[in-house]
Amino acid sequence: MAVAFWILAVVSVAAGIAVFVVDSMARATFALLASLLAVGLAFLLIDLEYLGVLIILMMVMEMLVMAVFMIMYMMNPAGLMPMKMVHNHRAAMIISAAVFVLLVAGIFLTSWPPRGGEPPADPTHQLGLAVMGPKMLVMMVIGVAILATMISTVVLATHRGRYARYGDDLERKRPLDPGEES
Amino acid sequence: MPELGLLALPLALVVLGLAAAGLDAVLSGGRASAPFGEIARLLVQQRRRTTRPDVLLLRVGVISLVAAPLLAAVVIPLGDAPVADLSAGIVWFNAMEVCVWGALWLTGWSVNSVFPLVGAYRFVAQGLAYELPHMFALITVALGAGSLRMSEAVQAQQGLWFVVWMPLAFLIYLVSALAMAFWGPMSQPVGSDLAGGVRAELAGPDRLLFQAGRYALLVVAAGAAVPLFLGGGAGPVLPGWLWALVKTVAVLALLVWVRHRVPAVRMDRFTQVSWLVLIPLALVQLLVVGIVVV
Amino acid sequence: MPLEAFLVLAAALFSVGLYGALSQQSIVMLMMGLELMINGLIVAGGAFWYFLAPGSADGQVLVLVAVTVMALEMAMGFAVVTALFRAREVDMTDDARDLKG
Repeated sequence: MAVAFWILAVVSVAAGIAVFVVDSMARATFALLASLLAVGLAFLLIDLEYLGVLIILMMVMEMLVMAVFMIMYMMNPAGLMPMKMVHNHRAAMIISAAVFVLLVAGIFLTSWPPRGGEPPADPTHQLGLAVMGPKMLVMMVIGVAILATMISTVVLATHRGRYARYGDDLERKRPLDPGEES
Repeated sequence: MPELGLLALPLALVVLGLAAAGLDAVLSGGRASAPFGEIARLLVQQRRRTTRPDVLLLRVGVISLVAAPLLAAVVIPLGDAPVADLSAGIVWFNAMEVCVWGALWLTGWSVNSVFPLVGAYRFVAQGLAYELPHMFALITVALGAGSLRMSEAVQAQQGLWFVVWMPLAFLIYLVSALAMAFWGPMSQPVGSDLAGGVRAELAGPDRLLFQAGRYALLVVAAGAAVPLFLGGGAGPVLPGWLWALVKTVAVLALLVWVRHRVPAVRMDRFTQVSWLVLIPLALVQLLVVGIVVV
Repeated sequence: MPLEAFLVLAAALFSVGLYGALSQQSIVMLMMGLELMINGLIVAGGAFWYFLAPGSADGQVLVLVAVTVMALEMAMGFAVVTALFRAREVDMTDDARDLKG
């Protein structure tokens, strides 16, 4: 189990570093996906079966959407002409290294409290009871946040509304979408 | 008997996959032995080379197209117990089947050619369309069973199969099964208007793996319908594993037959249908099941 | 495999992500840095639940929230990039400096 954890940890961090090293955007996206999948698998080691599998499920979909946008917006998506697009490289290096050292120092200097309670037989059941009971407000806020995000992303991203699709009087039978005959 | 399952599972996948390919060949007017000839031909065929392909990503894509259905299959019970009875088995099945998105997109992207790339984007669009109704159908089953474990979903159907009181969820599942295996009406990602789409530039062993992965996906999608909706191994006289096999073959034959009866659907139309019809239907089904369960 | 091991992994992921978020010029690459940082938070949340307080579900809820936030952050980020790109054909933070208020 410890061996599995360390392998996953090394894979996860190495893939995370690879995201900013490789030239190809497709490789960068899938390196990030590898990092996230390693974390999802590591969760299976600490009894969090549902959350681990959920991370795998959501991140695969998320990174696929990410790949589409990465390739849409980067000027050199396949990395066939190596280039570096960074600013404050040195400062960013120093800051993140300092943060890492600080965090690790904190991790080892803090005296962590003893374990409170034992993991339940079915952690998924515990999670379900929590979000449908005492933690329901959290889930409701998330629900509203998701709805707000859906509306605002569509408003921000699209430049065509129903008048563009169905004509000024909304009389068009079939919508005028990109690729359709006018 | 997990050890036995570990042996039986790949065997069942191979046999059922070959059977599906054979049936498909017969329905296309060929001979049932055609898949064997195709395998032999692809084994000796040379790889096709394109300009500056991303070979690493190509290998990852093609291999994960075979690995994903295999990993998804470990939670499907052959009879009563699956190889690995995960407590989140239904979510695991869903997660592995989503990995196909990655596999297909990587395959289409990495050969550095136009048509495969267009096919890959088509599959991502199709995936975004089919995934939500598919998830709601799976959640409906989990709600009816009161568990995310496949074996408990089977046990919950001992009195009444889920297909009887969740017919909409079952239909939506069948549509999404076609979509996830990009089969039949949902085969635009490998459509002939794109000269083969994602697989246009694949030849030799790569193409063999790709085709094997696609048939494995079809078999796994059909096989998962059995514990989810058709009562698993429940049935008179015959042993459980044989009933599970018979039901899988029936669903598989239906999926293969549909390909020869229904024309391919464009994904923008499918997206519209999916969001405006299938998702509301799935939600109504979920509501009905929720009321019945409570 | 104690709690510290998981937390060091979380710190490493967080720091790598922080480097990306600070140094990348392209907004999409910057968002990958943010995703890595949240990834670190997820590891820490899961580890705290398992090693410190498995009796209550708080750690699990935190992970659930973090996973959702990742998706929302990405959706919002891409919508902003799309709007920005449509208006000015840019996708770099440095080119949108005048938006600083």
